[in-house]
Amino acid sequence: MNIDRRFFFKTAGLIGVSLAAGKSFGANPSENNEIEFRGILYDASRCVGCQECEKACAKAHELPEPEDEVKVGVLRKTSEKQRCVINLYNTSKGETFFRNQCMHCNEPACAAACLTQAMHKTKEGPVIWRGDKCMGCRYCMVSCPFDVPKFEYLSANPKIQKCDMCYDRISKGEKPTCVEACPGEAVISGTRRELLAEARKRMAENPGTYVDQIYGETAAGGTGYLYLSPAPFKEVGFNPKIQDSSYPALSKGFLYSVPSVFVLLPTLLLGIHEATKNNQSKDEEND
Amino acid sequence: MKQLKITNLKTKKMTSPAYPITKDNDGRSIWRFLMSELRPKGKWLTPFNIISIPIMLLGLGLIVFRFVNGIGSVTNLTQETPWGIWIGFDVVTGVAFAGGAYVLTFMVYILKMNKYHSIVRITVLNGFLAYVFYAGALLLDLGRPWNVINPIIGNSFGTSSVLFLVAWHFMLYMLAELIEFSPAIAEWLGAKRAHKILSGMTIAAVIFGITLSTLHQSGLGALYLMAKDKIHPLWYSEFIPVLFLVSSIFAGLSMVIFEGTISHKVFSSQISEKNHKAEKGILHGLSKICAGAMFAYFFLQLLVFIHGKNWDLLNTPMGYWYLFEMIGFVLVPMILFFYSYRTNNIFLIRLAAILTMLGIILNRLNVSVIGFKWDAATHYYPSWMEIVVTLAVIFTEIWIFRWVINRMPVLRESPKWAKEAKH
Repeated sequence: MNIDRRFFFKTAGLIGVSLAAGKSFGANPSENNEIEFRGILYDASRCVGCQECEKACAKAHELPEPEDEVKVGVLRKTSEKQRCVINLYNTSKGETFFRNQCMHCNEPACAAACLTQAMHKTKEGPVIWRGDKCMGCRYCMVSCPFDVPKFEYLSANPKIQKCDMCYDRISKGEKPTCVEACPGEAVISGTRRELLAEARKRMAENPGTYVDQIYGETAAGGTGYLYLSPAPFKEVGFNPKIQDSSYPALSKGFLYSVPSVFVLLPTLLLGIHEATKNNQSKDEEND
Repeated sequence: MKQLKITNLKTKKMTSPAYPITKDNDGRSIWRFLMSELRPKGKWLTPFNIISIPIMLLGLGLIVFRFVNGIGSVTNLTQETPWGIWIGFDVVTGVAFAGGAYVLTFMVYILKMNKYHSIVRITVLNGFLAYVFYAGALLLDLGRPWNVINPIIGNSFGTSSVLFLVAWHFMLYMLAELIEFSPAIAEWLGAKRAHKILSGMTIAAVIFGITLSTLHQSGLGALYLMAKDKIHPLWYSEFIPVLFLVSSIFAGLSMVIFEGTISHKVFSSQISEKNHKAEKGILHGLSKICAGAMFAYFFLQLLVFIHGKNWDLLNTPMGYWYLFEMIGFVLVPMILFFYSYRTNNIFLIRLAAILTMLGIILNRLNVSVIGFKWDAATHYYPSWMEIVVTLAVIFTEIWIFRWVINRMPVLRESPKWAKEAKH
């Protein structure tokens, strides 16, 4: 076999690079295993609608304390002044309290949409908003299937308000403030895996109490917030249109085509330009 | 370091008296010349000015008000509908209309269809200003505009975001269009050496510009891909990017026809006899291209519709609205373009262009505003203040457009030296 110097270096270089890259690719998953996504499990059958979580949330994030009453027929919504809400729904299984806030998706549409990564999926699991990066374009609001991010429209220095799973507390190893405030253990926190196991345990131990679904296990590609409910989820305010696969995957095809267009199209254009050069000189002669 | 100094010296030299920017400006300095050019030319109490000046002033006032009191103080935007007409009309529709520039530069510089050469400059100018103003209107819609440089300086690059791509492409495309137009500026200033350099960059800018346009025209549609549950299924499909790209071709060319019709009246004196005569042939050719592109678009829409299996939705109010758009503003103007091309009817070409433009406005608004959260309890509609600001932006663009045309060789013939330099 005839190997010249150049070929040797090329091959050696390629092998070296791929070995190095392969090593780093291989190293990533084991690192990630050390930190698992954390989440919160809300069990609607245990919630008594005391609003302690709402109050604790407002206090922790310097927002006004919610004063409106929770009652059937009134749909309270999260807003730029309130990051989580409890509502009372009249369902086929009787009256049920239910809570809404950011779902902390595994693959959040808001973070995929954000052009400055102001919306950010932390490695601990919470999806947080970072004001020093955000330019206020509100594309996260357009993209979020749960309509979670809220914008301070009446401020000259507006912020995006949404649940951040008390990221500062979680990174210190503490529980989110709503979990700590809940008197009935309707909200508990832990790693997503622990919570899924706990939810399944509760479903197995209390047959007939819950519908046969853990909301958030698959919704929108899986979420950090998980729900158990005695009533079907579409009766407690969940949009039945929400798909099971991730939302960022919807624009993946387009984004993947960009590099190839960027390489192929200019080449094609240059080719046509060269090929039509003769036409031009002919035209000019005719002029 | 040494090299840097030399280049510094060189640039200095070019503007120093030893290498003056020459023009038949009676020996006046370049600043005097620029100052005199800033002054209005001709009558200024025209009907257009009388209407546009108060709206522009009011719009300016509203913009100041908006920056003091927040976006919610002038717009009807809600937590459910975060994007209104400032995005749906100004940006998404405005950029589609600016598509004429990339289509025409493709035809003239790549395919060498020299017939259209006389309208390239005005189309590129129109496209450039459209980007500056309509993409610039985006700044009004940003809640935290002081952070707008973050995606440029890398306070973080959101590379998974379609908006990141669109934002960068807007910026780069503005640059490409400026380069494409810059020979006209050089001719105006009489800067011969700059003219030579800038003209040499045209082809590169054109190829780069067409690539950028392809990606961000479709990118504007791809913005809405993640809003799958929010857009009416008759307007949402995974093919929005392709549909946006194909429709930008005839949207842009219809704008060229429309703008050309007005320019030929308003700036009639600047257009040479030869180009006046050529107008008919140009319109004729454009109508043929429009008809073809619209046929492709209509066929695509049909495929998307059949693929989506949304037959039952046709018999709803939104279904009628969809048919109204597809038949009234795609099929009808398409047939009109075909017919006017066959019969050589200029009036019908213009009518078809206007219908097509209305159709584009309808389509872009249906995706971004009307069909967005169509099933919400309270639907967004623009406030009068949003409309005034939008009009103010459009009027300001037209003012600048007119200012440039009255000064630079856009419709006018280039000065003799510039023409000679080409050969």
